[in-house]
Amino acid sequence: MSGISRPGQPGFLALELDGDGAHPAAWRKARHAPDELLNGSRIRNTVLAAESAGFHVATFADGSGTDGSGAGGRDVAGRLNALQRAAFAGPVTSSIVLVPEVDTVYTEPFHISTQLASLDYVSGGRAGWLVAASGSAEEAAAVGRSFVEGAALAQEAAASVEVSRRLWDSWEDDAVIRDVPTGRYLDVDKLHYVDFETPADFAGAGYSVKGPSIIPRPLQGQLPVVAQADLLPSDVDVVLVSAPTPSLLAAEVAEVRARLTADGAGAAVVAELDVVLDSRGQSASARLAELDAFTPWSSSRARFVGTAAELADFLAKLLAVADGIRLHPAVLDVELEELAQLVLPELRRRGVLKPVAQGGTFRELLGLERPVSRYASLGSEARAAVVGTEN
Amino acid sequence: MTQHNRAKFQPSGKIQFGIFFQGVNSGTIWKAPESGSQTDFESFRRIAQTAERGLFAAFFLGEGLRLREHLGRPHALDVAGRPDAQTMLAALASVTSNIGLVATQNTTYNDPADLAHRLASLDLLSGGRAAWNVVTTDNAWTGANFRRGGYLDHADRYVHAEAFVETAKRIWDSWEDGAVSSSVSADAWAVPGHARRVHHSGQHYSVDVTPRLPRSAQYRPVLFQAGDSPQGRDFAARQADVIFSAHPKFDDAVEFRADIISRSLAAGRGANDVQIMPASEFILAGSDEEAREKKEWVRSLQIGPQQAVAYLEQFWGRELSAYDPDGPLPEIDPVVEETSETRGSGFHGAKARQLAEQWRAEAKEKGLSIRQFVSSRTSRVDATFTGSYTAVADTLAEYARVGAVDGFNISPWLIPSGLDDIVNHLVPELQERGVYPTEYAGSTLRENLGLATPVRSEALEPVPAGGVR
Repeated sequence: MSGISRPGQPGFLALELDGDGAHPAAWRKARHAPDELLNGSRIRNTVLAAESAGFHVATFADGSGTDGSGAGGRDVAGRLNALQRAAFAGPVTSSIVLVPEVDTVYTEPFHISTQLASLDYVSGGRAGWLVAASGSAEEAAAVGRSFVEGAALAQEAAASVEVSRRLWDSWEDDAVIRDVPTGRYLDVDKLHYVDFETPADFAGAGYSVKGPSIIPRPLQGQLPVVAQADLLPSDVDVVLVSAPTPSLLAAEVAEVRARLTADGAGAAVVAELDVVLDSRGQSASARLAELDAFTPWSSSRARFVGTAAELADFLAKLLAVADGIRLHPAVLDVELEELAQLVLPELRRRGVLKPVAQGGTFRELLGLERPVSRYASLGSEARAAVVGTEN
Repeated sequence: MTQHNRAKFQPSGKIQFGIFFQGVNSGTIWKAPESGSQTDFESFRRIAQTAERGLFAAFFLGEGLRLREHLGRPHALDVAGRPDAQTMLAALASVTSNIGLVATQNTTYNDPADLAHRLASLDLLSGGRAAWNVVTTDNAWTGANFRRGGYLDHADRYVHAEAFVETAKRIWDSWEDGAVSSSVSADAWAVPGHARRVHHSGQHYSVDVTPRLPRSAQYRPVLFQAGDSPQGRDFAARQADVIFSAHPKFDDAVEFRADIISRSLAAGRGANDVQIMPASEFILAGSDEEAREKKEWVRSLQIGPQQAVAYLEQFWGRELSAYDPDGPLPEIDPVVEETSETRGSGFHGAKARQLAEQWRAEAKEKGLSIRQFVSSRTSRVDATFTGSYTAVADTLAEYARVGAVDGFNISPWLIPSGLDDIVNHLVPELQERGVYPTEYAGSTLRENLGLATPVRSEALEPVPAGGVR
């Protein structure tokens, strides 16, 4: 593994494209009517604007978030499926990496694995997976499952990630041979049962997954897995780090990186930041006050409120310690315009951003090699032995 | 339309086409120089855009839940590997604008709230072009890939599926029409109380959810169904908009139509409410003679010598590689009484020994080798239209005239160029005969199929007082 970028090297920027923005009242300041939010044009326009601005990564939030009644209809009560939004964006973009949030607790690991592998195909290898572990009673009730929380959430997430990782490797790269003389379409020695079993101490209902996958190996081999710090003990490619205030963020990033390094993990460390900017003659703090008067914004992330120039300074410093930063715009239409016109050009001028690669994969952006399948060296006899011992 | 008219079937005089991109199974030729990838996005894009150029109503994808096996392991001769239907259709939604997007999804290894939400999402993303082909896979062998395993009895599958579909419809119908504000200066994002909770408590699952998406331009996804048993037909007559049937041959199609009409009326629906689109294959050329030659070529590539032997192995349950594909059928008997050990092949439960005897006798009588015999069995004689563009157009015009079917769901035998001659040559012939659309009727699948706006499902709970505007 060549490893991800180290501090001091150029970093990458991600933008969360959910709905009208991260602020619950964002829809009031969006540049379209509410009934123009939940459609393909909106996805196309926002992801193209983010790509055109030079963002390296777009993320797509999911989950029910609020009770669907939408606080008496005042806030946005609808959201299109994140993985489908990313898939829709795949064919119309060429460089931006597409990372949907996908829950691991109330979903079928086999379906998730196939869906994410398919996203990698439709995006030309630009897909990633933002792992979520829903601790919401609402989502549990929707699918008639008992509510899971605490350590059990991390177990569910780890099991689901392990299933996907194995299934993505279950077809070796050259499993499809199309050998006309022998009539063989597949080399069955290169297809593998994954025989996953949840561990004995699994808190939720245990399950098993046989495999192999129904889709050949993803273009990237393994999609990069993105998760909040501490959700997954290992097997993460990108760790998201939050802090209560911007001034604490750099220290938190350094601390998480030190912890990862001590554990021998080489994950990229990405800082999470809410952003409110001055726009069209209105100060950021006045804009925030106006939005908060409609619905107060509570968030577990650090929040930057200020001018584009101040933000560029702050991000440039943060990129000296973080591999990347994910921005959560208060109002997508408004913040993205300021970011595109003022902030990203300044960061590029300072040389703190990686170049955007046309047709590059997410793994390439992270400096990760394309891994060989974990089953690749196994012949048919060896495979039989592993099936018996792996769990 | 009056009640009296609803009971009387009125042929539309038109047929429509759908494309069923299989990407798997022996029907797809991979040995020809022009055979492309069956997983690359570009193949899907090209087929979908060609179909749209030919005014096809629908682009149809199957579902993979477990890789097929042959004699206990994945099958080397099998054309296998396909993407997730809804993920692929969401991607195709961004590069097409009129064609319907049909996802085959089972009711056993999905959850109603999750599946209904994803289909609603696809419907909104595509501007009202989504459809769900409801299937009811139930075996434990498939269940080995899923959390709950094989929990459902075969006998219960339609009861389960129907409760699932009804729950999905309630989820799609839960938002009031026009619930989301259309004004940039609106006081609230949506009408207060716009969404009704959906509760379902059944034997196999329970649902308690406030749905998160409004209705689409076509109100809710179109429903396709393919079950052919009496139970499956009744299920379709009650719930489906379109049946993906297995009866393309003219007489069978007419008979099937009459059967579905009577079942629809019995279910309280109109005679025209359930459309029929059989699976089919087209082998076309400038002349009948050329088409027949092309058919020989197609068949020789679909069933090679190894595929022919493997086909018999599915029934014999044992290796038959020592047998000459150009010789007679094996003299030895199958090792299993039932063929249930062969998985995912669609032949479960056939009495293998009895079948073997019948087949040997039939092959001997007709003087057929293994290869010839298997080819004759697998060539889907009933489902294939072979001939010149004009001859096949004449045949299809007759289907349209009597209303034997509403259209055909075509599986191309070549990817990605397999629709080119249909779109370039057959469609214009059909248009000349006045039996094929000359433009899309609208932007939604429901409009393009000529389906009525669905009636809001009844089992909804009352809206809170003042909740409806």
